[in-house]
Amino acid sequence: MEQKRLAIIATKGTLDWAYPPFILASTAAALGYEVQVFFTFYGLQLLRKDLDGLKVSPLGNPGMPMKMPFGPTWFRGITWNIPNAVQAIVPGFESLATALMKQTIRNTGVASIPELRDLCREAEVQFVGCQMTVDLFGFEHSDFIDGIEYGGAATFFEFAGESDICLYM
Amino acid sequence: MNFDKELDARGLNCPLPILRCKKALADLSAGQVLKIVATDPGSVKDFQAFAKQTGNELLSSAEAGGEFQFFMKKK
Repeated sequence: MEQKRLAIIATKGTLDWAYPPFILASTAAALGYEVQVFFTFYGLQLLRKDLDGLKVSPLGNPGMPMKMPFGPTWFRGITWNIPNAVQAIVPGFESLATALMKQTIRNTGVASIPELRDLCREAEVQFVGCQMTVDLFGFEHSDFIDGIEYGGAATFFEFAGESDICLYM
Repeated sequence: MNFDKELDARGLNCPLPILRCKKALADLSAGQVLKIVATDPGSVKDFQAFAKQTGNELLSSAEAGGEFQFFMKKK
């Protein structure tokens, strides 16, 4: 049986949206797929050497349940409906939400993003950085982890055109 | 059931049990059996899907006391 191929375009640079590309890429690799992920626009943040800057923002995101990752069960069960106007005006709200999310991630046995990215590398998932975005945002290749190829739309299609599954996220 | 290696995937969430299983299987030879213990309820369906797609054989899948036990025979 010919090896299946998965192509992913990763366009988001937040802690929450870092999960789908790395989870699917690592799992597909474990299932025997050849995988390439093309990181463009904010997705380039996922290739930075230091991933500590990834944050999650509940502001304007009505789909995100705000719960506390500590305290007694009844307290953890509360969903905190904090108005957008309040979230926007409180300094450091995003950092606080990110710290709480990271604790929830640890509590639930969900892998960290650096761990998932390492698992992808070990499984030989190919990472391609969008050179146009590197130029646009004023990044340097030295901002990113080693072993990445840089290319443009044509590079993406070279792999995606022969893929069995192609996902934009 | 006899097994050649055991993988403790307790407390791990998707996709870690599958990824650790893949890694553990790499250390075994064809026909050897890996026992996996997990607590993620999603792993029941995931190990079936993993076996189906990779050709490794899921010999058994059982639940006991909130834990899930799998025996996977390497292709």
